[in-house]
Amino acid sequence: MNGINRKRVRGLSVHVILMLGVVISVFPFYWIVVMATNTSQDIYSYPPKLWFGGNLLTNIQHLFDKMDFFGSLFNTVVVAVCTTVLVLFFDSLAAFAFAKYDFPGKKFFFGVLLSMYLLPTQLAIIPQYEIMVRLGWLGTLKALVVPAAANAFGIFWMRQYTTTSVPDELLDAARIEGAGFFRLYWHVVLPCVRPALAFLGIYTFIAAWNDYILPLVMLVNPDRLTLQVALAQLYAGHSTDYSMVMSGVLLSVIPLVLVFTFFARGFIADATKGALR
Amino acid sequence: MPPTPVTGPASTGPASGPGTGHARHAGRPAQDRPRGGPGGGSGRHGRRIRPVSAGSRPGPRRRVARHWPQYLAISPYYLIFTVFMLFPVLYTVYLAFQKWDGIGDMHYVGFQQFRFLWDDPIFWLSVRNTLVIWVLSTVPMLCLALVLAVLVNSTKRLTAFYRVALFIPSITSLVAIAIFFGAVFSNNFGLINAILRSVHMSAVPWMSNEWTIKLVIATLMTWQWTGYNAIIYLAGLQAIPSEVYEAARMDGAGPARIFFSITIPLLRPIILFTVVVSTVTGLQSFTEPQVLFGSEAATNPNSGGPGQAGLTTLLYFYHQAFDNNDFGYGAAIVWAFFLLILLIVLVNWRLVQRKERRP
Repeated sequence: MNGINRKRVRGLSVHVILMLGVVISVFPFYWIVVMATNTSQDIYSYPPKLWFGGNLLTNIQHLFDKMDFFGSLFNTVVVAVCTTVLVLFFDSLAAFAFAKYDFPGKKFFFGVLLSMYLLPTQLAIIPQYEIMVRLGWLGTLKALVVPAAANAFGIFWMRQYTTTSVPDELLDAARIEGAGFFRLYWHVVLPCVRPALAFLGIYTFIAAWNDYILPLVMLVNPDRLTLQVALAQLYAGHSTDYSMVMSGVLLSVIPLVLVFTFFARGFIADATKGALR
Repeated sequence: MPPTPVTGPASTGPASGPGTGHARHAGRPAQDRPRGGPGGGSGRHGRRIRPVSAGSRPGPRRRVARHWPQYLAISPYYLIFTVFMLFPVLYTVYLAFQKWDGIGDMHYVGFQQFRFLWDDPIFWLSVRNTLVIWVLSTVPMLCLALVLAVLVNSTKRLTAFYRVALFIPSITSLVAIAIFFGAVFSNNFGLINAILRSVHMSAVPWMSNEWTIKLVIATLMTWQWTGYNAIIYLAGLQAIPSEVYEAARMDGAGPARIFFSITIPLLRPIILFTVVVSTVTGLQSFTEPQVLFGSEAATNPNSGGPGQAGLTTLLYFYHQAFDNNDFGYGAAIVWAFFLLILLIVLVNWRLVQRKERRP
């Protein structure tokens, strides 16, 4: 009897500790909502308000006066969508070639992919900036999308999946009917690798959405910023008007978190697979 | 995520260093695994389409020409990579030996930038800051992650919920979280100080003390990446066969003994992987101090907060290159820093490897 009780206590304490971890994980989101729905005076007051207030719309109105929210949102969506589409297309195509064909130089090309992988992007950023100046792309969204379209991780990930999940018999059957490389890619490979594309797509989209240093350097035109850069500038300029700034943080973070929670289970399983291959 | 891509740079982390048997398997995609399907050599397919050429071996040039669709398929990546990554990385080496403001003429100055760097107290301060923040974040992060992973692994209820809840911080925008931490740790009106006051403790000037600034940045990084690492460890724990544990229990090993003699050694390749990834990403902290102390950048280009306590090396690099337009010096800083990261990764590697050899 005593043993059973001890077991139960231990099981319960495990959940208590884990719940504490969960609370710490999600507390910032709760507190962002609290700050965004109260006034700055409420936040400054002591003791602070711990529950949601009714000031969200006023805060958002102030936010829209101070920053071009929808403009930055639009830019962010354009960058994230274009980057994602290009990465999905380029990486799945390259992965098909690497997974199912032997061609001269294949080992060399794949080796380059492996060895260049850990290079911090900051090593390249000064010349990248100069290249964008020369191309006339500085301040445009192209300067963010095009460099991000070369994604080595995506090729690894897709190659792995293509190797194991696209049956050779299916490719052979299509070849007998006269399909070339690109028709095979479009009609056989793409339908087979859709689950892997889903993970890579979400991953690329979130990374592009959250990126900060590249837009900070490249988007020199204050009228054309991404959400992250615009938010950081808003905070730098109005760091004391918490409720207004927090309403901006809220609007920029919550949609992504909600969308993510929806896809989370499959995504997390794939993310660990991607990391531990 | 990444600048710290959730999984991105991770996967080959170990592959670019000197190999240890285990770690290599954990980090590198199985290159020599046979391609899917029975006898699935793909050269065969190539031949199958053109039975005519099957008899005679085509010359190297013909072989290259025959594979034009494959080269075309991989060309977008290598084209973009060469123009926007490989060339710039090499050009940064060249720039480190020049004096250049980005507009006027370049002047070759030899090793002058590196000599200046060697004597630059602010550069060394930034390196110190970066290392302190890295240690303050990585050590608690990985320890907590291991504890959380063991706990989740020990229960069967709510595991899906725990996994999602713990993972969410790692996909949250770093800018948003930095703003949140700035508000919560604010000297005058922050939530943390309000809590301290309510338990009759004196408020801490978090944002003006040399150590608390680093602590806040490290806490932010710990908050963001603990859950992610816990999920990675969890995957490793689930791969350990339960017979191993049962055998240990039969031999009379207690939970602590099992943890240190079985769990940790079997998890070592994954621990190595997380150490390498957190080293590479942790040393590259930039957004946190840049957003937290951004408002002071205009008045003091070297800022990073009071006493420059939050000035990380990448932030210093950014100021030198893009606020002072000193591209040559910026290039020298970033290359020196990259070599430092490489050195630290190698040292970590040797440490973990040596432990592995011990019986």
